[in-house]
Amino acid sequence: MAQTGNIPAKGGSGAPGGSGKSITAGELGLGLVAVLLAFFSIFVASKAYTPEYAFHAYVFAAASIAAVFAIANRYMNRAAEPAPQFIDGKPNYNYGPVKFTTLISLFWGVAGFLVGLIIALELAFPALNFDLPWISFGRLRPLHTSAVIFAFGGNVLLATSFYVVQRTCRTRLAGDLAPWFVVLGYNLFILIAGTGYLLGISQGKEYAEPEWYADLWLTVVWVVYLLVFLATIWKREEPHIYVANWFYIAFIVTIAVLHLVNNTTVPVSIFSSKSYIVWSGVQDAMVQWWYGHNAVGFFLTAGFLAIMYYFVPKRAERPVYSYRLSIIHFWALIFMYIWAGPHHLHYTALPDWAQTLGMVFSIMLWMPSWGGMINGLMTLSGAWDKLRTDPVLRMLVVSVAFYGMSTFEGPLMSIKVVNSLSHYTDWTIGHVHSGALGWVGFVSFGAIYCLVPWLWNVKLYSLKLVNWHFWVSTIGIVVYITSMWVAGILQGLMWRAYTALGFLEYSFIETVEAMHPFYIIRAIGGGLFLVGTLIMVWNIYKTLASPEPAESPLGSPALVPAE
Amino acid sequence: MSLWQKHAIFEKNSIILIIGVLIMISFGGLIEILPLFYLKSTIEKVDGVRPYTPLELAGRNIYLREGCYNCHSQMIRSLRDEVERYGHYSLAAESMYDHPFQWGSKRNGPDLARVGNKYSDEWQRQHLNDPRSLVPGSIMPGYPWLAKTELDTNHLDQHMSVLALEGVPYSADMISKAAIDAKAQASDEDPGELTKRYPKAVARNFGGRPGVVTEADALIAYLQMLGTQVDFKIYDDKANLR
Repeated sequence: MAQTGNIPAKGGSGAPGGSGKSITAGELGLGLVAVLLAFFSIFVASKAYTPEYAFHAYVFAAASIAAVFAIANRYMNRAAEPAPQFIDGKPNYNYGPVKFTTLISLFWGVAGFLVGLIIALELAFPALNFDLPWISFGRLRPLHTSAVIFAFGGNVLLATSFYVVQRTCRTRLAGDLAPWFVVLGYNLFILIAGTGYLLGISQGKEYAEPEWYADLWLTVVWVVYLLVFLATIWKREEPHIYVANWFYIAFIVTIAVLHLVNNTTVPVSIFSSKSYIVWSGVQDAMVQWWYGHNAVGFFLTAGFLAIMYYFVPKRAERPVYSYRLSIIHFWALIFMYIWAGPHHLHYTALPDWAQTLGMVFSIMLWMPSWGGMINGLMTLSGAWDKLRTDPVLRMLVVSVAFYGMSTFEGPLMSIKVVNSLSHYTDWTIGHVHSGALGWVGFVSFGAIYCLVPWLWNVKLYSLKLVNWHFWVSTIGIVVYITSMWVAGILQGLMWRAYTALGFLEYSFIETVEAMHPFYIIRAIGGGLFLVGTLIMVWNIYKTLASPEPAESPLGSPALVPAE
Repeated sequence: MSLWQKHAIFEKNSIILIIGVLIMISFGGLIEILPLFYLKSTIEKVDGVRPYTPLELAGRNIYLREGCYNCHSQMIRSLRDEVERYGHYSLAAESMYDHPFQWGSKRNGPDLARVGNKYSDEWQRQHLNDPRSLVPGSIMPGYPWLAKTELDTNHLDQHMSVLALEGVPYSADMISKAAIDAKAQASDEDPGELTKRYPKAVARNFGGRPGVVTEADALIAYLQMLGTQVDFKIYDDKANLR
């Protein structure tokens, strides 16, 4: 194993334990793969059909070279022995990747919300497109959705899943380099996807815009993610797999299936960023919305429900309300969600039977959704008073309330007659944001406010600022979704309005002009949400920059199985 | 009571849990997606639908690149006001060669499924260049770079062979003549064999710049053919009743 070739085998001066140290198979293997990937990327870049694609190949090359240096540097600085699994009989948790994803999720959150604000303003004031390709609405809107869902949400899911699986299994995260490969590889995917949109590289499928090579890279990262997660569960010190981990597993596995089927594509050439999806027309529409709605169901719901099932009980210091309800919630939710896709295609060229199936299951989905909401809210039984004193818990609980609200609105909008009015309008945008800002955003913020003190073993800088964040952002959400309700219903009604003589009353552009005031109000709502987030970033920055040791470590008592 | 304890098998074995998840999520997908590939009633038989010409295909790729689908649908629903505003409701056959589909989900701007031939090329050029010079209340971004950028026709044949592999009926002849056809369709001169390969394809200088094939040529060629393939004067909507 001493034959390393590209990785310096001797310990650096002053590095601990230079003598008995040998390079691991993982270090050697990953280093070699990175070297090969670097050469291959440079080769592809040299023959790329477009400069945009060449740029992406160079990004891959740079990332590979950085990986080689990082592995070498880590080897030189690490101890001869691998990190111990236990220290003094306690699990030696691996918090590095958790800390990284927690902090970078803040960065992506601010970036994603900021781009959202910019495109909201572009709709209100189209001159802000400045006739520039890379900031025109059509390219920035996928950047906003991906940055918020996959960059912000994805990193929150990585952070919390790697934290929760360790704590609830009472064991160190499996793998040595693998967890770092997952978190850094995932963020490389985000970088490739995001810069691609700005440069005009898009598959043209909503929420699945990244092209074939980014999809392929994500697949590799995702498989390693699943393996790290499973391998950690396999060496658990607890007899049972905790309920939060069921949801994480359902999220990881189902997202893999959805990603692979929806992105089945044939590239024009290995030197071209362009590919053509194998599905077409009506079948592609069905596959796309099967994917699209379950990106909501399994990424934005199942994954974040896992957060709810760990962080709400921990923060409230109460067990989960009902073990049996969590079992029903879990299986009913994953069974029913997968059917709901066709409600995005009512009255279209999709066959009626598929539309009806989609509607029926969407309505039924209301029940498991509210079962989960009840399980989360009722966990506070006997601890409701904490809502007055703990703004972090309040954030978590209000997120569950928003979850309940948007999972009631969703089934309502999936009814065909309601959908005939709401579809193609801003009502949909409002609905998405009550879920995304209210549920996903707030449950993530609550988790981050818990995680940072637990991970760094410090006291949160200011609970008062959390309170400010909560109120500013809540007002922002309410302003946002109410303006979109009014805008959407108004535009839907204007489109179908007839005069007494039986003519359509409004031209299309009149219905666009009517949206202007609501687009301004919406931008104000989104702006407030962003301000709230910036308050959180400041709070976290102060927490880490001038740390105060935690008095009673809130996170350190071992988790009691919530049964 | 004992049934609840049976659930422990999922809680103690991650592989059984994963198998359980995979089974539960497979029903919906399989039942809703698979039949669409073999039920004949999914895509009705219609005359006139043909694959895109190389120029239209290039224009469609610009439509994807600029993210037009974020604001424009290409799917007229079977509702009275939509049919009166945009034209006959969209048929599944009309997007059968669309890899990927572009039905859209939001109308910040109007539906484009039948925008072809509604406006002149001149109108389309000026509208893409500066939308508010024609429609003062428009919120569409301007796309002045399209008319300034020359169209890359270099690898169109490779694009078409991939689509042929995926079932679009492009012949070897169509594929080998891709670049020639693209240039011929964007010019006012005789397009040669173009219409033999692509029935009813229209050739003219869409982009307005003589001698240069620009991205505006391609995008406008695509827009001008949208929804024009099926002749609804002779379309029999009862023929496909089931």
